[in-house]
Amino acid sequence: MEILRTLPGDDVRQILWRFADRYDLQMLVQSARSVARGPVARLVAEGARNSHAWTDQKASLLKAFDESGITGLFMDPEQGGFIEGPKNLALALVAFELSWVDGGAATSSLAGNLALAPIHERGTPEQRDTYMRRAMPPQPDEDRQIWRGAFALTEPLPYVGVETGLLSGRVRIAEWVEGKEPLLQVEKRGRFITNMGFANFVTAAVDSGDERIKGSCMVILEETDPGMFDRGAATRKLVHQLSSTGDPVFSLRVRASRIIGGYTVKDGVLVPRYSHGEIIEAVFRRTRVTVGLMTSAKLLSAVEPVIRYQRGRFRGGETITPGSPRYELGLQQKEDVLQRLIDVWATGEAGASLGFAAARLFDELDPLERAKDEIFARQGIGGGSAQMKALRRLQKDALEFLALSAKPAGERDAALEADPLVRFLLLDSLANVLCPACKLWNTGYGATVMREAVSLMGGYGITEDCPGFLGHKWMDAQLEATYEGPEAVQRRQLSLTMVNELFLEQFRMWIGEMREIAWRRPGTGACTLATAMEVWRWTLAHLQRATDADGAKLYHGTRQGVTFPLADALCWLLASRQQILDVLELEAKGPDNPVVAEGLAGLISFLTDLCHVQSARAAGEVGRICAELVHGYNRHPTWDGEGCGTSCGLGELDPLASFVPGVAGPAGGALEGSGHVRPHPPKAGPCVRFDGLEEFVRLRLRLDGCLTGARLAKDRAAAQLTTVMIPEALDYPQ
Amino acid sequence: MTTGYQIVVCGGIVPDPLQTLDPVANPAGPTIKNEMMLPAVLDPWAAHALYEAAHLAKATPGSKVWLVSLGPKAKLQQVMMTVAQKVPFELVALDGQAGGFTDTYEVAALLAGAIQAIPGLDRSRLLVFGGWESASRGAGATLQMVGERLHVLDQFQGVDRLAIAADGSFQILERIEGGRHQVSTCAGPPAVLGWATGSLPEPPNNSQVGMANMRTVMPALHRAKPAKVGAEGVTFARVSLPSQRRDTRIVKDLPVGEIAREIVAWITGA
Ligand SMILES: Cc1cc2nc3c(=O)[nH]c(=O)nc-3n(C[C@H](O)[C@H](O)[C@H](O)COP(=O)(O)OP(=O)(O)OC[C@H]3O[C@@H](n4cnc5c(N)ncnc54)[C@H](O)[C@@H]3O)c2cc1C
Repeated sequence: MEILRTLPGDDVRQILWRFADRYDLQMLVQSARSVARGPVARLVAEGARNSHAWTDQKASLLKAFDESGITGLFMDPEQGGFIEGPKNLALALVAFELSWVDGGAATSSLAGNLALAPIHERGTPEQRDTYMRRAMPPQPDEDRQIWRGAFALTEPLPYVGVETGLLSGRVRIAEWVEGKEPLLQVEKRGRFITNMGFANFVTAAVDSGDERIKGSCMVILEETDPGMFDRGAATRKLVHQLSSTGDPVFSLRVRASRIIGGYTVKDGVLVPRYSHGEIIEAVFRRTRVTVGLMTSAKLLSAVEPVIRYQRGRFRGGETITPGSPRYELGLQQKEDVLQRLIDVWATGEAGASLGFAAARLFDELDPLERAKDEIFARQGIGGGSAQMKALRRLQKDALEFLALSAKPAGERDAALEADPLVRFLLLDSLANVLCPACKLWNTGYGATVMREAVSLMGGYGITEDCPGFLGHKWMDAQLEATYEGPEAVQRRQLSLTMVNELFLEQFRMWIGEMREIAWRRPGTGACTLATAMEVWRWTLAHLQRATDADGAKLYHGTRQGVTFPLADALCWLLASRQQILDVLELEAKGPDNPVVAEGLAGLISFLTDLCHVQSARAAGEVGRICAELVHGYNRHPTWDGEGCGTSCGLGELDPLASFVPGVAGPAGGALEGSGHVRPHPPKAGPCVRFDGLEEFVRLRLRLDGCLTGARLAKDRAAAQLTTVMIPEALDYPQ
Repeated sequence: MTTGYQIVVCGGIVPDPLQTLDPVANPAGPTIKNEMMLPAVLDPWAAHALYEAAHLAKATPGSKVWLVSLGPKAKLQQVMMTVAQKVPFELVALDGQAGGFTDTYEVAALLAGAIQAIPGLDRSRLLVFGGWESASRGAGATLQMVGERLHVLDQFQGVDRLAIAADGSFQILERIEGGRHQVSTCAGPPAVLGWATGSLPEPPNNSQVGMANMRTVMPALHRAKPAKVGAEGVTFARVSLPSQRRDTRIVKDLPVGEIAREIVAWITGA
């Protein structure tokens, strides 16, 4: 049997995550890694995380980011950057590398981009030019200071948090001389604002406090603007301590040209081009993917230190001699520790696959989105609802395109295929699902699994001395699940976007794709996954039609008990699917690279087993969630109710008697505690009937059967952990 | 007439030192277990030479640096993702086996051939740099043979410093026994310098340098000719890693004098 020889190296990751032909990104990864495993790791090892304050020691990281190209990464070449085109994948890779060591370091670098993002996505050309250039680290021949930014949306209680519409920040007209640019007075208080310890400018969300300003907007505030720019006290956070967080207060006078995206004047009223909601939507849908990947990096980073700990656990003991199983394998003699590490590893792989796929999707979507805006501008279709309407009209074309896409090339509609608006719509419908799914699942479930990794290190896991800083990473993962929109926000978004017909049609096609893969490569667990996807699709359709026992609609915005779990279930499927697709990519492209080709067979068989483990886990989750939702809203029949006749018979219960004494006891006995005499044969209870039950039961049964082999895959994968070669030491301090 | 130097740095790749290096025998001779799959780095000695070369080139207008490297192309490419961000250079790549079990004689012949093939190379301004030994095989022989093949007879090994006088002559510090240096004077290029550690730190990664280098690095890798090196006809009697000796005792509050006495006793074998 081919075995897993070493941990997957860069060459493998480049193929899996599809940047084998992007040397700009490969260099970037090395650069970010040298900062992460160098200065960042040293700071953590020195205990720099033990203070809330923003210290010189922590500030030294910003310089390291500047020098290594991490800061300038966000900029386009004409602004001094070095990467052409969309940078979602690039930013994702940097965040992944930094949080491999420390999430706070990643946050520190990302928050600067977050501050610029409103300007980048929706700013006027002048705003973009000014602030992007200022935020670019100076070249050796330039005499200027770099500008750093913060993004201020969240406000002190009871205002903005999950509910981003609850703005208390206000913008008013301070002075408006006829024919001149108005002067604005901005009042904004922030809560938990990252980079606040040193930011030179802030992009702040505010609402109109003046009838001469329409709606909300985002404004750029600078530290030297007249008025108060109070950075506030440092947040006493327990996580990400290498980043700076604080609760600032701003009361500043700025020119109206600081409104992000500009404004028009209509009947004496200043109308911002973009509301704060429109801007943050454009911003977060990109940056959230990156956050999701931060947690996946932590999981994958745990593999090597845990293996090393397990193997060396008993070495040095008086009676433990080299060559003995206890010496060589240590804790790895025990099945459970191996299998749990497989769970950690598989979750990390699935999350990374999902996150990088989402990042690549946005790289593809960015130019299409610009093309769409240009086309609409030419057609005189403005932003907001006018665009939405226009896009809705195109939905039919996009569906038609999908229907045709399964046909041979000659029979497809070339015009539809080339239509950027159709392509935009299709990708957009996926992005609207993949982004929240990645943020939700990678961080939320990732945090849970990170706890497992910590457990595998025993007491060491929750000390500062734990190699790989796993205890810190566990806590950090919780912040990643919270900031940039906690899990509830992602679930809420998914509950809207996952029912888009365009997404659902693509999802339906993916089921076919998984079935086809299952036929070629049954070991991937694609079969299990395809069935789980069918169960999910069936359940969604059912819940959209069905009502609860009281006749109330089930799939509804207010019914988070229905929509949220279903959103969770979908995430499992998406992550698992992408994990399988990535392994197939490696299988196809790996042989072309001599470095990867060596040992590829063993690696593929191991990664395939991880896919199977993960898809089985996903299927289990989906089955559990769907069953609960499908059955759980029907009222349990009572003996004298309608369900009575359809309940299970005594014969079905009899076999249980040997396990549960008395369950098949004498008929006509008293119902325990009821005081009534039983009018029925004794059984567990009356059973349920509802429309579609048979179909659901058939799918569920099939799902169970599809789990065949999953545990064998886990056994095989776990065994590989005992022989895989790992480095002599971790490549960053502890 | 140009006053710049044409500095050709010879540098191979070696497995990352943190990896488990386990020599194993296979039919074609010894190798390191899973060597192809282990991450590699630019040979540390050669890396010092490269940084010194870049430093000299920067200080001497009109200079240019080449890095001539023999190794499996795909591995070289990975190593370049880091090295190319350090200092400006042009890569000349040879696609062949790297490591401690190839014949130095063959390696030197290939490197010398590659240097001779660099278009427009001006021998009168030529400086051949490299490591005085490599991390995969500390024989210290390759660079000497490269020099001989190029008929560059002014050779210095274990170099820690190269200073250039006003008249263009070189003052070179070479390591000798007893932690001391030998000072030599050389009229000027051409010369071969096998570097020890020099005195420069590893430059931080610079993405702009990286992007500029990549314009020539990637084509050079595509162009890289297969180079046959090995150890045909050589029989290895035994291969082993230098044995590691580590005796750890944990003793608290031992007076400094006592520690010193113990160390002396250990060294003198008393
Ligand atoms: C270290 C750190 C750094 C941060 N950096 C920034 C920054 O740079 N800029 C910035 O603007 N903000 C920042 N934040 C703020 C962060 O984005 C918010 O904390 C987050 O959006 C949640 O808001 P909240 O804390 O007010 O939670 P709340 O709104 O009070 O929500 C609490 C919980 O209630 C539930 N809930 C709330 N609303 C709903 C709903 N509609 N449906 C279902 N459940 C719901 C959810 O379980 C939710 O997690 C940062 C936070 C931290 C801790």
